[in-house]
Amino acid sequence: MTATALEITDLYKTYPGNVSALSGINLSIQRGDFFALLGANGAGKSTTIGIIAGLVNKTSGQVSVLGDDLDRSPHLVKSHIGLVPQEFNFHPFEPVEQIIVNQAGYYGVSRKLALARCETYLKQLGLWHKRHESALKLSGGMKRRLMIARALTHEPEVLILDEPTAGVDIELRRSMWQFLQTLNADGRTIILTTHYLEEAESLCRNVAIINQGKIVENTSIANLLSRLNQQTIIFDTEKPMMEVNLPGFHYDIIDEGSIAVTIAGEQRLNTLFDLFQQQAIQIRSMRNKTNRLEELFLQRITHE
Amino acid sequence: MNNCQIQWIAFLTLARKEVSRIFRIWPQTLLPPVITMSLYFTIFGQFIGSRVGDMRAVPYVQYIAPGLIMMAVINNAYMNVSSSFFGAKFSKSVEELLISPATTSVIMLGYLAGGVVRSCMIGLIVYVIALIFVHVPISHPWLMLLVVLLTSISFSLAGLFNAVFAKKFDDISIIPTFVLTPLTYLGGVFVSVHNLSPTWQLISKANPILYIVDAFRFSMLGISDINIKFAIALLIGLCAALYAMCWWLLYRGIGTRS
Repeated sequence: MTATALEITDLYKTYPGNVSALSGINLSIQRGDFFALLGANGAGKSTTIGIIAGLVNKTSGQVSVLGDDLDRSPHLVKSHIGLVPQEFNFHPFEPVEQIIVNQAGYYGVSRKLALARCETYLKQLGLWHKRHESALKLSGGMKRRLMIARALTHEPEVLILDEPTAGVDIELRRSMWQFLQTLNADGRTIILTTHYLEEAESLCRNVAIINQGKIVENTSIANLLSRLNQQTIIFDTEKPMMEVNLPGFHYDIIDEGSIAVTIAGEQRLNTLFDLFQQQAIQIRSMRNKTNRLEELFLQRITHE
Repeated sequence: MNNCQIQWIAFLTLARKEVSRIFRIWPQTLLPPVITMSLYFTIFGQFIGSRVGDMRAVPYVQYIAPGLIMMAVINNAYMNVSSSFFGAKFSKSVEELLISPATTSVIMLGYLAGGVVRSCMIGLIVYVIALIFVHVPISHPWLMLLVVLLTSISFSLAGLFNAVFAKKFDDISIIPTFVLTPLTYLGGVFVSVHNLSPTWQLISKANPILYIVDAFRFSMLGISDINIKFAIALLIGLCAALYAMCWWLLYRGIGTRS
């Protein structure tokens, strides 16, 4: 049994009109990983996913999933994958249950088994009571969950989610994170693209950043975050600050009760807290000004 | 589970979906041909037909019955597949099939199943309507079945071919309006080619629908203006050519994949 869930070698895609979307992507994702594929709009994420899933014809290169080659065994590759696309792509007038059972059928799952799995996943995703409703009547968040349930009915080993929580409220997003973490804990490989970088930071172990059709970073989230050479932290004070002086630190007073301090990699928070202590400033709370991964992401793609 | 079983279940799933679609939207699929054909039989068969008299030694209403059945079969086979496949493209639900292990042939056969079931069902309904107006015998039942099947497969494939290239809903109504309807009207549905001038006879003989309608008329009434073996060969050739073209288009992802 291969240890690699997805192997991409020298993948190129040029759209008509000589528009280059992918310029030689190489990527290897291990079985059981929770992997983030990050990139700005138009960077090539959806094209890459489209090629893997069989929705986009590649120009050249090789893709294999669980050791099966996309060119030689497209049906095996497709059987291994469950796709949750970015855009809603189900028939709006079909009932929820029918959408899921039909999708399972296209993968060779018998109707009886498909109905049983449909019940399992719809219950897990809180959609069971909507099973007879047409998809058109579902809210945006429900439609996203329907697409996740649909992608799981043939029990794929690799689940690819393209912006699964786009437009979903924070409460629902958290419950979807929890659901995805459970799937990953059960051994499924999950590949996620998202614009919510805190989502990638919370869920994923490894990450690749794609920019202008090339992989510009491919490492673990922990390794990537360790490279963050500075971060800006906002401190909220207990009482209004009359005067503050933090020698050695770059800081901005936001208002009389909060201050943003930029801490370089070699500087220590202890030093900063000592300075606050000396000036009788009591800190009530602190938070990162921006998400750490977001800062790195912006640094990386701006650098390119 | 081996690949054959997977493909068989995929086919059954798509075929069931396509057939249930026909019943789900029955006011669009089943009702219009019933009304249209009843009107054809009433006006052409009863009101005008009684003045026309016999055509090729049979009452006019009886003469036009096979042509009207075939007209309904052709239109419904074409419209069912073109609208269903284009609808799937439009809603992007065709991606459900494209990402699945279902082969190109299975996808095609699934859609064909819908086209064939609807067109045969409509053919049967129109036949029953015809029986209200006139006795329509079936002289060669097996030939009749063969012609209906080959015709519904051919025009289902033609509808699929149209839908592959269609980019908007208008694109799937252009062919039925500007090509299929004129060809059907000029394809010997209402008049025998023997009654036409030599020039029109020549033009009519270049129309493939003439052969289809006439082969079907022969299977029912036992009268024909053309060579039946040639008509069957033409239908088989049409099926094979359209199947090959549609298969190639879908396999290459033309109109479906970027």
